[in-house]
Amino acid sequence: MSPDPFPLGPPAYPLGAPLVRREGREKVTGTARYAAEHTPLDCAYAWPVAATVARGRVTAVDATGALALPGVCAVLTHENAPRLAATGDPALALLQDDRVPHRGWYVALAVADSLEAARAAAAAVHVSYAAEDADVLLTAGHPGLYAPETVNGGYPGTRERGDFDTAFAAAPVTLDATYTVPPLHNHPMEPHAATAHWTGGRLTVHDSSQGSSKVCEDLAALFSLDPGDITVVSEHVGGGFGSKGTPRPHVVLAAMATRHTGRPVKLSLPRREMPAAVGHRAPTVQRVRLGAGGDGVLTALAHEIATHTSTVNEFVEQAAVPARMMYTSPNSRTAHRVVPLDVPTPSWMRAPGEAPGMFALESAVDELAVLLDIDPVELRMRNEPDTEPDSDRAFSSRHLIGCLREGAERFGWRPRDPRPGVRREGDLLLGTGVAAATYPVYVAPSSAEARATADGGFRIRVNATDIGTGARTVLAQIAAAALTVPEDRVRVDIGSSDLPPAMLAGGSMGTASWGWAVHKACMALRARLRDHDGPLPAEGLTAAADTRQEAAEGSPYARHAFGATFAEVQADTVSGEVRVRRMLGVYAAGRILNSRTARSQFIGGMTMGLGMALMEGSRLDPAFGDFAERDLAAYHVPACADVPRIEAHWIDEEDPHLNPMGSKGIGEIGIVGTAAAVANALWHATGIRVRDLPLTVDKILPRLRAAREGAG
Amino acid sequence: MRPFGYLRPAGVEEAVRAAAEAPGARFLGGGTNLVDLMKLGVETPRTLIDVSRLPLGGIEELPDGGLRIGATVRNSDLAAAAPVRERYPVLSQALLAGASGQLRNTATTGGNLLQRTRCLYFQDPTKPCNKRSPGTGCPARDGVHRDLAVLGHSAHCVATQPSDMAVALAALDAEVHLHGPDGERTVAVTDFHRLPGDRPEQDTVIRPGELLTAVRLPPAAPGARSRYRKVRDRASFAFALVSVAAVLEARDGVVERAALAFGGLAHRPWRARAAEEVLLGAPATEDTFARAADAELAAARCATTPSRSHSPATWPSACSPAWRTRPATADPTTARARRRLRPTVPDPPSPTQGREP
Repeated sequence: MSPDPFPLGPPAYPLGAPLVRREGREKVTGTARYAAEHTPLDCAYAWPVAATVARGRVTAVDATGALALPGVCAVLTHENAPRLAATGDPALALLQDDRVPHRGWYVALAVADSLEAARAAAAAVHVSYAAEDADVLLTAGHPGLYAPETVNGGYPGTRERGDFDTAFAAAPVTLDATYTVPPLHNHPMEPHAATAHWTGGRLTVHDSSQGSSKVCEDLAALFSLDPGDITVVSEHVGGGFGSKGTPRPHVVLAAMATRHTGRPVKLSLPRREMPAAVGHRAPTVQRVRLGAGGDGVLTALAHEIATHTSTVNEFVEQAAVPARMMYTSPNSRTAHRVVPLDVPTPSWMRAPGEAPGMFALESAVDELAVLLDIDPVELRMRNEPDTEPDSDRAFSSRHLIGCLREGAERFGWRPRDPRPGVRREGDLLLGTGVAAATYPVYVAPSSAEARATADGGFRIRVNATDIGTGARTVLAQIAAAALTVPEDRVRVDIGSSDLPPAMLAGGSMGTASWGWAVHKACMALRARLRDHDGPLPAEGLTAAADTRQEAAEGSPYARHAFGATFAEVQADTVSGEVRVRRMLGVYAAGRILNSRTARSQFIGGMTMGLGMALMEGSRLDPAFGDFAERDLAAYHVPACADVPRIEAHWIDEEDPHLNPMGSKGIGEIGIVGTAAAVANALWHATGIRVRDLPLTVDKILPRLRAAREGAG
Repeated sequence: MRPFGYLRPAGVEEAVRAAAEAPGARFLGGGTNLVDLMKLGVETPRTLIDVSRLPLGGIEELPDGGLRIGATVRNSDLAAAAPVRERYPVLSQALLAGASGQLRNTATTGGNLLQRTRCLYFQDPTKPCNKRSPGTGCPARDGVHRDLAVLGHSAHCVATQPSDMAVALAALDAEVHLHGPDGERTVAVTDFHRLPGDRPEQDTVIRPGELLTAVRLPPAAPGARSRYRKVRDRASFAFALVSVAAVLEARDGVVERAALAFGGLAHRPWRARAAEEVLLGAPATEDTFARAADAELAAARCATTPSRSHSPATWPSACSPAWRTRPATADPTTARARRRLRPTVPDPPSPTQGREP
């Protein structure tokens, strides 16, 4: 394969300009309509009934009282709900049988003339259960743990290279530490919502989704319909972070309800039900063992994960995968173990695998740096591999060292006294930390259409989804660059399954996947225009493209984005409170296509990483089997006042082995490494190593006190 | 839906009368807690009596040098009021440490004192809770109680009173004015909130139909310094893990006056009398302060530890590489769970899969 199959050349309207979001005005003025803001004539409202046992069977559903309430049109249960065909996602087999696999599983759905009536009806549905003992607690020694063949992303569950055990035993310096990450929740600002309308043999759905092509396809499969008879619109989406990647229960329930009642039906999940219904980041217990020579070069690396999944579906957070490519080591073991518990099904949350895995790995590297008394930036540089360790493939580009250097420079990393607990400001101890970040480069086949209209404009059609990232804007930039026309002459239609199907907004591959198809369509249109004489016909000229072939060809290169995150924290020696004072990230992610929206993505990811470090996390309640923290009062996420100084930078990375735009994904890498940078800075501030996220007072204060008393 | 009546009386007497005539009524102030609880199904009032527009919105100087704070004074206004900032800084600081700017703009003085616990079980009507449904039990005792009470709790309830303002008021020896069907009365803030005992459903000593009309602050102690300090999980906005309101006066290195109250530790703002006793007349040193804290916390007890001890990080000795490679049982649910994984991203709409493995 030629390294650069789609030479772009220097475009007249270059990529990278900080264009503002095309729909920004609609969003800030409230005219942008989201899935729950469409109200067809005669619209009914649905409210789900969630199971209140952690495991068992539904023995009876008494809807008499609910149906007698005014304005109630239907109560769907497993006894009367439309039958669904099986799909690849058993979590969508809703109201099909009496099994309750976890607390919060939907067991009925009330439909009524108003939201209030639907909610009252749902509360009046009486469900009887045969409850069974439930097990919701993950431990690294859980007897149900097994080794999955593959983990999320399709990666092998276990990889062995060389002889880890012998090398680790022989290593002059070793580290053996176990890290834990609690369950984390996506909690996008817009809850999962859908408005579905079944009319004249057609199903129309407004859905809050990261990809309506996939929703359309799955609804067609579930309801045994022709995808051509379904339109799914996801025009504006208020975030997803992975939890809207594939259809979730709300859209299936809304479609069932409209099918059952014949009326349009709107359903918006209550915030408190989201953790059980839409996926979560599974907790991980991660053991990292590093063996190194006195020079800091790794000779042995093992990263082993224990995590949970549900009994509904196997989803394995691939937290040991990044250790396969981050650092050189001739002897390596990376392995996952998973136990199916009576918990909601985990799923994708921003940087699945990398976010929790790199917390452990990058904390361990920091611990090793302390053991060796080598600067943590320098230690990472000494372990830079020449080729991807797991595959021995060349990197298409790898500028981790550049990110570390530039980050250290911008952050003011040096001079740095490596000793912990020596920088005081009143009651505060201060420290700095660093961690590396990485995220793979993916691309998925997509199709797009480009049309030159008779009035001199251009129209791009592609079923991309804007989940808040600025997809419309960057696609207009890509089209303008390819067509060599000003971007304001380019109209972009996205967010409907009636458009040419395309990859969903996920895996940090939206822009690469859609943009490639758009670029290809635009280049084809340019060729058609070149061959065309005279004025354009009334319908314009159209070119279509898809990238099935390009995507299938893959790459002989190992392709990843890299970054380095630096953090300064303060720890209050009186209260144990840890706060981030400033954070700085430098990323090497190919060509940045819009510096304004890219910056938003980077600092958004870093902010989510700050949340992961300091405050996010829920607990599974052993008595009830649900997540204890289910709303935004109990599950803390960072607000503006928690994020003081945050900077994102990038280095100009030219990589000809990616796609015509030369871009890597940027949606997820910001969260990766951030939690480790903060935890490492906490160690530098206090000498306290916290291996269990988040870094809350209860884990720090007793050790601060012990240290003080020890010193006194 | 659950219909409820809405009344907007013109005066205090009318409001109190309306409450007497409407069993199951609740007074509505800023609504920042009550409306949330109604949405959760925890509160199901038949009638809301909106008292937010009653003429209780003033802050008055009293002849004795104290302040009378009307029940509907907004938290943000109270925090910003000059006499409060100048003479009772602990109160201003406590208010500003609570909630968010938006909430403080809406929340009232009376409502703040009457806000209910944020115990997660109390807020979930699908679970037992003695405070919400008397006699059903207290799952928090053995459950998730990291930020619940360590002082004054009972077998029936380990909830905490969440107000920051109340903690400062307790240290300031403030009084609460109540107006009920039987007339007016005054209760010390420290006596206003109850300990749970066997009636955790009763947060305060307020009687049915009584309206909280004002809070009275005694004259500020001349020469005393006051401070509110709150420890929390999130800098921007979180309830206290623990907080302390302190009014302290030291002369020649000796504590002459001390009033301390803790928040986040008990079912009521916890006036620390034992600590104060240690402090009074003692040298104002760190050692004294530590002894004072120890004296107060000698009675502190955690709610019981969850019976199923859970230490996820204990790595099994045989974990690697001897971990089994197959599920332990032939349990059908486990077998189902071993179905092929979904990839990082789902199959794209087009037939080929372009992602690298």
